[in-house]
Amino acid sequence: MKKKYKKKNVLPGFGLSLGITMLYMSLIVLIPLSMVFIESSQLGWHDFIKIVTSDRVFHAYKISFATAFVAALVNAVFGLLIAWVLVRYRFPGKRIIDGFIDLPFALPTAVAGITLTTLYGKDGWLGQFFSLFHIKIAFTPIGITIALMFIGLPFVVRMVQPVLENMEKEVEEAAASLGASKQQIFLKVIFPELLPPVLAGFSLAFARGLGEYGSVVFIAGNMPMKTEIAPFMIMSKLEQFDYAGATAIAVVMLVISFVCLIVINLLQKWSRKHEFQSE
Amino acid sequence: MTIEIRDVSKRYGSFQALQNINLEIPKGELVALLGPSGSGKTTLLRMIAGLESIEEGIISFDGKDLTNTHVNQRDVGFVFQHYALFKHMTVFDNIAFGLNVRKKKLRPKKAEIEKKVYELLDLVKLSGFAKRYPSQLSGGQRQRVALARALAVEPQILLLDEPFGALDAKVRKELRRWLRKLHNEMHVTSVFVTHDQEEALDVADRIVIMNEGKIEQIGTPSEVYDSPKSPFVYDFLGDVNLFHGRLDQGKLKVGSVELNVPEYQNISDKEAVGYVRPHHMKIDRQKQSDDAIAAKVFFCHSIGPVWYVELKRENMDEYVEVELTKEEYEQLNLSVGEFVYVRPKEMKVFIPEDFVI
Amino acid sequence: MTTDLVRQEVKSTDGIKHAKKEVNWTKYILMSLMFLYLVVFLLIPLVFIFVKAFEKGAEVYFAAITEPDALSAIKLTILVAIISVPLNVVFGIAAAWLITKFQFKGKQILLSLIELPFAVSPVIAGLVLVLFFGPRGVLGPFLDEFGLKIIFSVPGIIIATMFVTLPFVARELIPVMQAQGKTEEEAAISLGANGWQMFLRVTLPSIKWGLLYGMILCNARAIGEFGAVSVVSGHIRGETNTMPLHVEILYNEYQFSAAFAVASLMSLLALVTLLIKTWIEWRTEKH
Repeated sequence: MKKKYKKKNVLPGFGLSLGITMLYMSLIVLIPLSMVFIESSQLGWHDFIKIVTSDRVFHAYKISFATAFVAALVNAVFGLLIAWVLVRYRFPGKRIIDGFIDLPFALPTAVAGITLTTLYGKDGWLGQFFSLFHIKIAFTPIGITIALMFIGLPFVVRMVQPVLENMEKEVEEAAASLGASKQQIFLKVIFPELLPPVLAGFSLAFARGLGEYGSVVFIAGNMPMKTEIAPFMIMSKLEQFDYAGATAIAVVMLVISFVCLIVINLLQKWSRKHEFQSE
Repeated sequence: MTIEIRDVSKRYGSFQALQNINLEIPKGELVALLGPSGSGKTTLLRMIAGLESIEEGIISFDGKDLTNTHVNQRDVGFVFQHYALFKHMTVFDNIAFGLNVRKKKLRPKKAEIEKKVYELLDLVKLSGFAKRYPSQLSGGQRQRVALARALAVEPQILLLDEPFGALDAKVRKELRRWLRKLHNEMHVTSVFVTHDQEEALDVADRIVIMNEGKIEQIGTPSEVYDSPKSPFVYDFLGDVNLFHGRLDQGKLKVGSVELNVPEYQNISDKEAVGYVRPHHMKIDRQKQSDDAIAAKVFFCHSIGPVWYVELKRENMDEYVEVELTKEEYEQLNLSVGEFVYVRPKEMKVFIPEDFVI
Repeated sequence: MTTDLVRQEVKSTDGIKHAKKEVNWTKYILMSLMFLYLVVFLLIPLVFIFVKAFEKGAEVYFAAITEPDALSAIKLTILVAIISVPLNVVFGIAAAWLITKFQFKGKQILLSLIELPFAVSPVIAGLVLVLFFGPRGVLGPFLDEFGLKIIFSVPGIIIATMFVTLPFVARELIPVMQAQGKTEEEAAISLGANGWQMFLRVTLPSIKWGLLYGMILCNARAIGEFGAVSVVSGHIRGETNTMPLHVEILYNEYQFSAAFAVASLMSLLALVTLLIKTWIEWRTEKH
C-alpha cells in the first residue's frame, strides 16, 4: 500500500503570509517598478542614450554624484566619531543624544530643506558668517552637500554602533597584554572590524543622497548646469509630461541604486564572515 | 500508549538524518535516545512529537497511524531543550496555557484550571512561584515549569529534548533522580534525548543508542553497558583501551602478546581489535602468563576513591589506562617510570569488517 | 578629587588602563568634536524652526495652522497615516513571519526586495506609480472605465506613501523574530493551541515592542514623505496637499512664518517620535 506523505510545516500561516507578502510587494512595488524598464524599452537605445547623455542631464548626474559622495564621506568620518563617543565614553545626557541622532530620519525632508536653506542663506544664522568670507552656501553645490550631510548623518552611526558594542573587550586587552600601543590597538585590532560597517553606512548614505529630493530641492536653487540634481531632472521632465525622458533618467539612477544595494549586501556578508557561528 | 516506529527515514537535502529506524516503545516505559550530536536522536524525537514531518515510514501510537496528524492533535507533552517558556507570561499562565487554549466545550472551568495548576506546582516543588516570570527563575526551576506545563494537558506521551543539558552538574543529578521518581508515580510513556551516557544509564528503563541516523543497539542499561553489540556502543558508553592485532584460532596476537578469545575459535588470521574497559585491567609486577603486556608507568592520578594509572606500552607509542581502587593502588605502590605488566581480565573483540575505527 | 573621578571613568569605560592623561585628551577632543557637530547640524536647525515659526508672534502662528488649507492638509496627512501604517503592519508581520519561521527558496532575494524602496529615490517611486496608475499608464484606461482616479488624487498619495514606507515594520520585526526562534511557537502548538491562539497569545506579545518601534518610524515617514507624494499629488490646494506639500507652497510664496509654523507642527511630531523610540530602546534594554 502506498502512503501519502504531505510535506507540512509545523507552524501555521505559510500560505497566508506568503500570499499577503507577495500581493502587497507586487502591487505596491514590483509591478510599478517594472514599468520603468518597460517604458524605457519603448524608447529605443538611441533616444535613451541621447537623453541620459544630454549636457543638462549629465551635469545633474555629476552634481548628484559629487555631492552625495562628499556628504557620505563626511558622514563616514563623523559617524564613526559619534558612534565611538556614544559607545566608549560615559557622560550625562548620553541617552538623549543617542536618540537625537535619528532626528534626520524623523524630521520630514521638506522641513529640513526649508530650514537649512534659510539657515544657510546669505543673512541666515549660519550663512552670515560664511558671507563674511564671501562664501555662498545656499543655492550652490556646497548647500546641496550640507543638506545631504544632514539627511545621511544617522546611517554610519547606526551601522557602527552595534558592532562597536558587541566587540569583545578581551580582544583589546589581549592586544594590550601582548604589548600593542593604543594607536596600534585601534589601527590593527579595532579599525579592521569597524571598516565593513563604516563602508556599509557610507553606501547607504550615498544611495540615499543620490535619490534625496525633499531636503535638497530648496537649498539647491535648481539652476540648470549648476545646481540641478538628478531627481529634480526627473521631476521637471514629469512636469512637462515628458514621461519617456523622466523614465530614462530614472533607469540610470535605479541601476546605480541596485549596485549600491548589492555592495551593501556584500559588505554585510563580509563583516559577518568572521563571526563565530553559534551552535 | 505504545509508540511504534516502522522504517522511518528522514533527509534534509543531501543529509540523511535518519535511516530506516525501527523501534517500539511499550506503554509506561522511560526510554532514552542516546547518541552524539548529529546522530539523529533529536530529529526522531521531534518526529514522534509531530514537530518534524514524516516523509518515509510510519509512526503510530497504539496502532493509530500519525503521519498526517498535526502536533496539536497528538496528545504529546514536549519539553524543549531550552524550555521555550513564554517569557511574557507568569509561571501560572505558562502552566495553564494548554488548558486555556482548548475549545470552549472542552476547556475546564477557571477554578478547575487553577486547582490543576497549583497541583502541578506542588508536584514540581514550585508552589509559591506562580506569580513569577520565567526570567526570575533559575535554570532548574525553569526546567520544572516546562515539565509542569507539558504535564498540564495530561499527555499520553511525554517527550523531553536534552532535559538537563543546560543545567550544572549538581542540579542535573538531582533533577534526573526526581524525574525518575515522577515517572514511577505517573507511568506515562516517556522518551528523552541525551548525549550524556551517565544520564541515560542512570534514569532510563531502556536505552536506544543512535549513531549517524541509525540505531546501534537497544537494551536495558546493564545490557548495553555489559554487552555492547558494536564498537561504537562500547566506545560511547565509557572509557576503553584498544588492542589492535590479528585474530587466529581463539587468540588475539598483539605484538608478542597472545590474548585469549575463546568465542572466536574458528577464525584464522584476521585483523581484529580488542576492547577492554580500564577497570577490567590488572597490573602485576611479574609476568604471570602469555597475555601480560609490558608497559611503563607514565602518570597516576585519582578522582575521589578511584585511581587512574596511565602506562606506555613497551617499544610502542600506545598508552593503556587502568582503573584501580584505592586499596589496589596502595598495595601496588607504583612509581612513575617503573616497568610492570598489564593484563585484561575481560575483553570484547570486534572484527573490523563492518566498522572502521 | 576631580582627577580621581576622571580616572575611574577611564577605567570603567576603556577597560584597559592606559597612561591616563593621554586618554583624557582623546576623550575630550572627540567629545567636543561630536558636540560641536551635533549642535551645528542638528540642534541649531531644530531650534531655528521654532524661532522662525514664532517670529511674527503667536497670533500669526495660530492663524497659519488654523487656516482652511492648512487644516485640510493636516486632515489629509492624518488620513494617509491612518491607512498606510496599519496596512504596513499587516504586511510587515506577514513578511517577517514568512522569512523567520519557514525555509524556502528565494528567501535572500525576498529580503533584498523588501529593502528595495529604501534604495529607490522617492521621486522614482512617484514616477513608477504615475507610469502604472496614471492616465497614460498601463492601468490608466482600465481605471478610467470605472471612473477611478488614483494619480493626482488621494489614493495615489496613499499608495506612494505605502511604497516608500514598505520596509519599516518588516525590517524591525525580522531581527526580533529571528532572535526569538521558533520554539515558543512550537511549544504553544504542541500544547494544543491553534494558529490564531498561538499568534495572539505567544507571538504578538513577544514582538510588541519591535512592532511599535517599526510603527512609529513608519508613521514618521508616512507623515513627512515629500518626494514621492509630490509627484503623484498634483498639488490641488485643499484637496491633495499633505502637510509637507503645504509647507512647500507656503515657502515658495514667501510666507515664511506660515511655512515654519506648519513645519514646527511636524517637527514636534518628529520629537515625539524620537522620544517614544528612545523610551522603547530603554525599555527593551532593561529587560
